[in-house]
Amino acid sequence: MSRTFVGMPVFPPPTHPAFPEAARDAVHNHTLRSNLRHATHTIRAKRARAVAELSDWDRLREAGRLIKDHTLRHLDRYLVQLEESVTAAGGTVHWAVDAAEANRIVAELVKATGESEVVKVKSMATQEIGLNEALLEEGIRAYETDLAELIVQLGNDRPSHILVPAIHRNRGEIRDIFRTEMGAWGRPAPDGLTDTPAELAEAARLHLREKFLRAKVGISGANFMVAETGTLVVVESEGNGRMCLTLPETLISVVGIEKTVPTWQDLEVFLQTLPRSSTAERMNPYTSMWTGTTDEDGPRAFHLVLLDNGRTDALADQVGRQALRCIRCSACLNVCPVYERAGGHAYGSVYPGPIGAILSPQLRGTASEIDASLPYASSLCGACYEVCPVAIDIPEVLVHLRERVVEGGVAVRQGNKVVLKPAKGHAAERAAMRAARWAFSHPGALRTGQRLASRTRRLHPRTLPGPGRAWSATRDLPAAPAEPFRDWWQRTRGGKDGAK
Amino acid sequence: MSSRERILGRVRRALADVPPDDTPYEQVVRRDYLREHGERTVEQTVELLAENLADYRAVVHRCTEAELPSLVARLLADRKAGSVLVPSGLEAGWLAQADVSRVADRTESTPDDLDRVDSVVTACAVAIAETGTIVLDGGPDQGRRRISLVPDHHICVVRVPQQVVASVPQALERLAPARPLTWISGPSATSDIELDRVEGVHGPRTLEVLLVN
Repeated sequence: MSRTFVGMPVFPPPTHPAFPEAARDAVHNHTLRSNLRHATHTIRAKRARAVAELSDWDRLREAGRLIKDHTLRHLDRYLVQLEESVTAAGGTVHWAVDAAEANRIVAELVKATGESEVVKVKSMATQEIGLNEALLEEGIRAYETDLAELIVQLGNDRPSHILVPAIHRNRGEIRDIFRTEMGAWGRPAPDGLTDTPAELAEAARLHLREKFLRAKVGISGANFMVAETGTLVVVESEGNGRMCLTLPETLISVVGIEKTVPTWQDLEVFLQTLPRSSTAERMNPYTSMWTGTTDEDGPRAFHLVLLDNGRTDALADQVGRQALRCIRCSACLNVCPVYERAGGHAYGSVYPGPIGAILSPQLRGTASEIDASLPYASSLCGACYEVCPVAIDIPEVLVHLRERVVEGGVAVRQGNKVVLKPAKGHAAERAAMRAARWAFSHPGALRTGQRLASRTRRLHPRTLPGPGRAWSATRDLPAAPAEPFRDWWQRTRGGKDGAK
Repeated sequence: MSSRERILGRVRRALADVPPDDTPYEQVVRRDYLREHGERTVEQTVELLAENLADYRAVVHRCTEAELPSLVARLLADRKAGSVLVPSGLEAGWLAQADVSRVADRTESTPDDLDRVDSVVTACAVAIAETGTIVLDGGPDQGRRRISLVPDHHICVVRVPQQVVASVPQALERLAPARPLTWISGPSATSDIELDRVEGVHGPRTLEVLLVN
């Protein structure tokens, strides 16, 4: 074990500014603020209604938590079982330690078909590993077919939300992107395209139709993988998922290992909690379930790429591992006051919002500026925990990761135990905490200090000098009382004497 | 070492702190949630299905077995459908009165062939009242998955009350995981523009569900 810092960020190396800098532009962008406010407030009210319809919501949530925790606890066993089931059903299972390996496997599988283009279902895992860019380097063009992903791809933009990657765009901006960019990728936008959502959806339908009909290779992720049966589940709305999962001859699914559930029956929990948490619907329009290959129905070849890419590192963290319960519903983003104002791009990851703030630093390590700042991208208000359908205590993990950033300590990176050094930028915080620890264990000194503070209260500055300035830039210093609490207590016996 | 062994090894090392526990899975997860929400008669459950289907913009029709052929014929005529995809095991009588050319669900058909067909008529495996969902399992009267996807108009026949269940847990009990399953709740839709639902993207933009007694 080495004392030096070897926590290397996993692909892509985040050369992203820290969260506060990245968020600064966003909070001053009025269009972005109003787009985000409109969208998140729309969905919040709807989600609350959809959840209220189920009187047993708390029990479903608890069952979801237990299913996921149990699976993670025996993940090795369930992965082996899943592999057996998928193989028995006619699929081929591949294992990818990291992004580079997953991309290589997929590129080789596509090349083996002789094709140079693929259609894609929206998938967080393939976003995470940068699959489209990796395929392009191999001469393979990947077409995103989810409407929001299409908007992001055409706009040469980055996703800013788990469920609705183009949430930062309003209808007018989407129309402009379609008008100017669609032609370069295939069928151009219809003449006279307006910004009504129905017309925009129609434009996407026409643009993508030709791609679906000629596609020979489809690439997807999955929401769930059932170990017992080998069944994969994709939950979607538009039908682009069904197109990619059933029309091509070859299907390649890249799925994080934590997406496993033990039994078929387990789906009865998540198929109730996921749609209501994400799009606030009783049920999303389309859910596809497939088990290996089926004779004369759908793809003739099915490949499953099981992806680690930092997940086992997160699994090694006793507090942080609960983040692997996440079913990517995005309810935590929609209720988060920080996300609503900062937007998704500031998080510097395909996983923005509260879940991103605990997932990215675990998958990638806390070495980079952005990853070390993410645990602080929260007011710890707890709204995320409240709405989470698998009860991930996001504030708990945030505080835990803050401690890791400030104090350093033992962590697992790429399968190896490492000792992280305390982060540089937090020296003042550490010094303050050390001073506090000393003062609280020396009552005499504490009393003297408090009395001194009370007597000099008129002289106290409003902001801290030196290294404390950054802290007090966004906070008021607490005002010292005229008399320390303990003196007051002793003088009045807790106010019992009626004295004030 | 293969990547498989490496990942499994990492998982085992990551869990080194977890004490061994062989509690059977059935005891780990308390399934104390409801098997269905609320108490309803059979007829009320069918009513709820109709209501929830309509809520997500499926067009719901109710008829008897005897009325079905004329209703199907009328719906296809209203759409001015010239052709209709027919799963191999669809009850012949359902299309008996329809004046459209029939296209068989065949392996050889290309996606472009399917794209030229106006409508499709299928049965279903099960329907879920609480969520307004119909589930297709690729049975002979439902055909390959793609035939209910590419045409823009889908007519789906649900036999009530036999094929109707109240809830998601009850539906899963009836379904065989090994079959390719498609769960459909209303026509194709998206929430991708300002998180508001709009109907009509890639799947059939018109979904008509016939509840047949």
